[in-house]
Amino acid sequence: MEANKVLDAKGLACPMPIVKTKKAMNDLESGQVLEIHATDKGAKNDLAAWAKSGGHELVKHEEEDTILKFWIKKG
Amino acid sequence: MAFKAMTSKEVTKKVFNKEKLFILDVRNETDFEDWKIEGENFQYLNIPYFELLDGVEEIMDKIPSDQEILVVCAKEGSSLMVAEMLSDAGLDVSYLEGGMKAWSEHLEPVKVGNLTDGGELYQFVRIGKGCLSYMVVSNGEAALIDATRMTDIYLEFAESIRATITHVFDTHLHADHISGGRMIAEKTNATYWLPPKDATEVTFDYEPLEGGNDVTIGETKIHIHSLYSPGHTIGSTSFVVDEKYLLSGDILFIDSIGRPDLAGLAEDWVGDLRESLYKRYRELSEELIVLPAHFMIIDELNEDGSVAEKLGTLFEKNHGLNIEDENEFRKLVTENLPPQPNAYQEIRETNMGKINPDTEKQREMEIGPNRCAVR
Repeated sequence: MEANKVLDAKGLACPMPIVKTKKAMNDLESGQVLEIHATDKGAKNDLAAWAKSGGHELVKHEEEDTILKFWIKKG
Repeated sequence: MAFKAMTSKEVTKKVFNKEKLFILDVRNETDFEDWKIEGENFQYLNIPYFELLDGVEEIMDKIPSDQEILVVCAKEGSSLMVAEMLSDAGLDVSYLEGGMKAWSEHLEPVKVGNLTDGGELYQFVRIGKGCLSYMVVSNGEAALIDATRMTDIYLEFAESIRATITHVFDTHLHADHISGGRMIAEKTNATYWLPPKDATEVTFDYEPLEGGNDVTIGETKIHIHSLYSPGHTIGSTSFVVDEKYLLSGDILFIDSIGRPDLAGLAEDWVGDLRESLYKRYRELSEELIVLPAHFMIIDELNEDGSVAEKLGTLFEKNHGLNIEDENEFRKLVTENLPPQPNAYQEIRETNMGKINPDTEKQREMEIGPNRCAVR
């Protein structure tokens, strides 16, 4: 999936992956996609819930070994 | 205003003493609904931390200023952030040190009673998850029953009372938590006992624990009679310690009974469960004090934090022991069961020695409440 921006949040513990995601989202236009790489397992549920409450769309998520990848479309 | 850490031990004291506490849980709603810190006089507010990134102004009117406040999250980081924000906004608050991860791993030793000839029996209350394990001590020797994976706590405790662990038992192959039994036995050269019927697939050596075994702990005559009481698993075994205590494993709890489906054979084991509860246990003295391997709800805790009740009282009050009709009983334990514990298959495989996940993975597998009972 094409992303407009990639955020590396690997190795960061909660709450940092979401703090950084929120900041990165501010730089995007509505409809653009942010790709996030994280290793904190908690990020999975939290990013999904955060995206929902912020009106964004979690388009896709994948797990490659220990790396969690998310694609969120800005609402 | 200031903010500080509160340990799981301090929170446990508040649970035992039925103190008041206002918990601001900043995990996401699903995790909070699934599992939280339970206390009789605790109040809760669940607002995920990611909704507070821009500030806490919007929730300030929902937080009491005349109560002790504890901010809780999964691993500490987010609660620390929110506690700092609340403190900047003028509140005195604490955050839970180590988060729910530490809460899940906290064990509180509670002395249940004295045994004949100077021995003692301790219950280790895993308050966050509802698991109960036991240490029988006599004359410098100790036996452990249903130990959790937090092995250091038992080893340090035994050392503090100058006892050597010589026997380690698991009443059954656990599905809700990872056993520390085998590791403790390895570290202390103790004998590790496991019911052979639950151990057909294990990859390590063990001493077969079968009905009628007698084990003496210390020189004083404390016998652990094992009593074959299948139903939760086919090998489930109970112990009678010192003719006074019945360690019922996951067969009988204070306010509920064991569920027979976690090894996939609910229908087959219903009959065994009924026989264990309605025949074998009926033959025991009603004066025995039941010490189960779990509690389900915080109401089951006694004043001192222990979980224990006379068998006779359970025959009167435990709904699961008072179902005359066999079909009704069958329905109760096979239909409408609560969700199965998190990762229970992987937990069983770990306890069999088939897989060896690292500590972080083990923590994750054990997340959430235990769900070994039906009510």
